[in-house]
Amino acid sequence: MAKHMTGAEMIVEALKDQGVEIIFGYPGGAVLPIYDVLFHQDKVQHILVRHEQGAAHAAEGYARSSGKVGVLLVTSGPGATNTITGLTDALMDSIPLVCITGQVPTHLIGSDAFQECDTVGITRHCTKHNYLVKNVEDLPRVLHEAFYVASSGRPGPVVIDIPKDVQFATGTYTGPRNVHHKTYQPKLEPDADAIRRAVKMMAAAKRPIFYTGGGVINSGPAASTLLRELVSLTGFPITSTLMGLGAYPGSGPNWLGMLGMHGTFEANNAMHDCDLMIAVGARFDDRITGRLDAFSPGSKKIHIDIDRSSINKNVKIDLPIVGDCGHVLESLVRVWRAEAMHAEKQPLDAWWKKVDEWRERKSLAFRNSDKVIKPQYAVQRLYALTKDRDPYITTEVGQHQMWAAQHYHFDEPNRWMTSGGLGTMGYGLPAAIGAQLAHPKSLVVDIAGEASILMNIQEMSTAIQYRLPVKAFILNNEYMGMVRQWQELLHGGRYSHSYSEALPDFVKLAEAFGGKGIRCSDPADLDRAIQEMIDYDGPVIFDCLVEKNENCFPMIPSGKAHNDMLLADLGDDAGLELGSIIDEKGKMLV
Amino acid sequence: MNAPLSPPSPYSSPSARSNVETHTLSVLVDNEPGVLARVVGLFSGRGYNIESLTVAEVAHAEHLSRITVVTSGTPETIEQIQHQLERLVPVHTVTDLTVSARSLERELAMVKVRGKGENRTAALQIADAFRARVVDATAESFIFELTGKPNKIDEFVDLMRPIGLVEVSRTGVAAISRGPEPI
Repeated sequence: MAKHMTGAEMIVEALKDQGVEIIFGYPGGAVLPIYDVLFHQDKVQHILVRHEQGAAHAAEGYARSSGKVGVLLVTSGPGATNTITGLTDALMDSIPLVCITGQVPTHLIGSDAFQECDTVGITRHCTKHNYLVKNVEDLPRVLHEAFYVASSGRPGPVVIDIPKDVQFATGTYTGPRNVHHKTYQPKLEPDADAIRRAVKMMAAAKRPIFYTGGGVINSGPAASTLLRELVSLTGFPITSTLMGLGAYPGSGPNWLGMLGMHGTFEANNAMHDCDLMIAVGARFDDRITGRLDAFSPGSKKIHIDIDRSSINKNVKIDLPIVGDCGHVLESLVRVWRAEAMHAEKQPLDAWWKKVDEWRERKSLAFRNSDKVIKPQYAVQRLYALTKDRDPYITTEVGQHQMWAAQHYHFDEPNRWMTSGGLGTMGYGLPAAIGAQLAHPKSLVVDIAGEASILMNIQEMSTAIQYRLPVKAFILNNEYMGMVRQWQELLHGGRYSHSYSEALPDFVKLAEAFGGKGIRCSDPADLDRAIQEMIDYDGPVIFDCLVEKNENCFPMIPSGKAHNDMLLADLGDDAGLELGSIIDEKGKMLV
Repeated sequence: MNAPLSPPSPYSSPSARSNVETHTLSVLVDNEPGVLARVVGLFSGRGYNIESLTVAEVAHAEHLSRITVVTSGTPETIEQIQHQLERLVPVHTVTDLTVSARSLERELAMVKVRGKGENRTAALQIADAFRARVVDATAESFIFELTGKPNKIDEFVDLMRPIGLVEVSRTGVAAISRGPEPI
């Protein structure tokens, strides 16, 4: 099926052959030939964003909510550099993206031409792989290979930089036959012996815990189903990272809540005291482990990961299992069943009794108010009023993100899109747009902060243009709340530049864009206002005025261990000397 | 009054720096544009050391290049470096030649020495002892070519210094495993 065509035509042809229905982009001089081809077809829908960073996050939201590869198309120079934050975000969170960038013609490369930048040089550190295509005959292979590299193994962003003369040149197009790369061959199937050893360790464990992460989500919905089966077979407790929420249902009986810096008391204490930790598609990030030399000191650790370099990177592992989470979980379930394994009942019961004692601490509790909306209460009400609609939730980064993770519960994978590794403020609104395009009929809410949302607020225009009814639910406390919280805990309450002065009127702002604005400051009126937001068929900015000085608890302060948490009632204006909680060493940490 | 501000990683235990080892890694890569930048960028981006690095195409038809990196770090760091390198898309294999034990390491150096009279005789005697060849000579200088392990070259250079060492150019280490098998 070899066909003769221009490079620009090859790009659109390859998108069609890869099953791409939607791409996010912004035109410019160096991609005009591609835009000209897009003009003549209607198989690939192009979504015009208002900033290339928005295109990258929208592609991420699309990819994470659909399991497909997110695609963006931007011009050379500033078009390419504006995607860097989104590409880095996708690299940190292992999100499959293909980013096509225009480049100045090959004979001008290196001459500091107009809108020239060294795109492959700049993106080398923030992509899984990248290409500069100097010959049109290489283009079809590179295009299909890029999709393969982005979506297989540990997923990630791939950049294809295509000079303008290559877009005009003609060559032979070939379709996506079975891409076989001579060096890149990710290992999916686990070692059978390791599976048998893991099952033995699990059957012998007295205080086991599953610690799961984004790898389970990335592996596809089947992995989540298998995880649920394994948890139910073994009866072990399970916790998850921020990235892994939804793989095991938040309403499930064995669920301990999220772990880590703002995780629950029961999840963190169970991690600390367990004798067997089964890490599934999680990478022992510093937000999870806290102080490394005090991290789960008495446990054997099994680590399931598709990326060999994740194993032993931060924490010493007793049994590594390299493979795709779905394949590994399938093997574990199969062997556990075949050998009729069962967990030791008595110690497991005792372990659950201990866990229940920690649960009794009710670490997510907060002091509610009938005068001012508490941010946790706002998320709880949002959850109560939207949970039956199978909604897709995105967030920005900060306190609101943690409150959303704590108080919004996910029963299915791919419903929760948040910037975990990079912590990118401005992620949520464009990600919501991407998720809405993947699920046009679903309710999509960006739980936001008033500071974060201003970082990509221009994407409201995109939502209006394509009639995407995304809801931006802003927990407005007039502070960069997490910065303010750290300044309170670490820097003597000197709130250096963390107050959001000169905020826009978000209701008028929504109206200026052509959407609907809703403001609410009264707890008694909150349900009605949220319902109004849900019922409105179009983009909404919801300005939820919340308690300004609320802190996000529980919290493992920097440099502390899992069993050394700060809990809510301590932090609640009880005259506690917060400035002394974190020692000098902790203050140096991020 | 402040405590020192440079822990290698905020959460690592301070004792992790103790047992630093030097290892030679052999990395087989596709000889495509930017592959060296990927390898070198990985070392700088993740804070690993490069003590020596050589690269050249070793199989023209297959576009294969061999990169030899001498690096140092704790055993955990060395393991990490190896697996991080394996993640790079154009990398075929990474072999730790220091772990697989029996390997040969060689480096070539050219050493320019300036001197007259007795110093010339002394330089030639040392060169003879080290099996260095004279590849250029003038009335007041020699250039020696010398092959050997890096420490042999260090010693040669140290001996030439008082005689009249002008400059040294070294290739960096090339390494290969002993015996009939490839890496």
